[in-house]
Amino acid sequence: MQSERSDSRAKDGSGKTEWVLHMRRIAAERDQAAFAEVFEHFAPRVKAFLMKSGASDSLAEDCAQDVMVTLWNKAHMFDPARASVATWVFTIARNRRIDALRKERRPEPEDLPWGPEAEPDQADILSLQQESELLGRALKSLPEKQRELIEKAYFGDLSHSEIAADTGLPLGTIKSRIRLALERLRHAMR
Amino acid sequence: METINHHLNDTLLMGYAAGTLPEAFNLIVATHISMCDECRARLGSFEAVGGSLIEDADAAVPMASSALGDVMARISGASRADDIRLPVAREARTFPAPLVDYVGGDLADVKWRSLGGGVRHAVLNTGGKATARLLHIPAGTKLPEHGHKGLEATLVLQGAFSDADGRFARGDIEIAGEDLDHTPVADEGEDCICLAVTDAPLKFSGWIPRIAQPFLGI
Repeated sequence: MQSERSDSRAKDGSGKTEWVLHMRRIAAERDQAAFAEVFEHFAPRVKAFLMKSGASDSLAEDCAQDVMVTLWNKAHMFDPARASVATWVFTIARNRRIDALRKERRPEPEDLPWGPEAEPDQADILSLQQESELLGRALKSLPEKQRELIEKAYFGDLSHSEIAADTGLPLGTIKSRIRLALERLRHAMR
Repeated sequence: METINHHLNDTLLMGYAAGTLPEAFNLIVATHISMCDECRARLGSFEAVGGSLIEDADAAVPMASSALGDVMARISGASRADDIRLPVAREARTFPAPLVDYVGGDLADVKWRSLGGGVRHAVLNTGGKATARLLHIPAGTKLPEHGHKGLEATLVLQGAFSDADGRFARGDIEIAGEDLDHTPVADEGEDCICLAVTDAPLKFSGWIPRIAQPFLGI
């Protein structure tokens, strides 16, 4: 019992960094087995995200497959000191959604003029990944109604006046968590 | 990098992270972030919220049984997509990259139309309900007093302007709601160039601009 619990905790704690290692294998070695595991985990989640945003089953299926192909093609651009794998997958899925559902362009910020990056610091990677995990737990522990609002803001297409109203969203409750994530990011960007 | 005193608010950053803003607002957010490391980092944390939501196991929908095989077939001949980005001389340009894409060039390439009183504007081509336009306000000139029905965001790209809310210089963004009836005045010395985004037509208080509004497409 004792060993079982510590086993599962160890697995839990390394969950996010494990995906980082998968991404490294995909980027460096074009490791298809690692990709298959990433696919099994993330593709159904991306599909669910797209369906919650209003895509039909077949459109969501097609787009989720596109997202995974993009993940393979751009694996070398993933930076574990700046985002968790889930966050990076989310941004790819979000952009695919804007393209597929709204048929709009998505203006992206200009790249930072950093030039070729040095290998990110291990401590930065670990703290960013841990922070992402804590943020996930903080979101999970929100009261159901508040969590629904956050989900609606991210998954639904909130009308602009609803966004402009800037009420209701329980930003305050997750703000300290976001602030911590922000500090990690600032540190990583230095 | 500019010293920026007026930043994006959480609402616009979160909407940009979530991908729910109209295209014109996406453009002004992306343009501001191109100049502002602080908002770039804040965007990262709002994207992390999206990552946490997508990670939630309750939300998985099974893929088609052939999906993995289909994707494997697509990726196994694909070569690595190297995004080769040519180094750009940032100092040389007035407009950050996202804006260059919409203008089709830099400041010199803008096709201005007169608004009267020396003020000029150019509407950019964005989809959706909101409108993005560039404004050229000659140095020392006062923009006609106006209020808004909705939200107006104004990002300074050159020069500076001041109104009741303070002074706004390159990189600063002013976000005004319905309540603000403001009269921006450009600083002396340099013409002020702004990117302004509105989700409803501006309401000019003076009668001449109001009559001209439908013709000018404001």
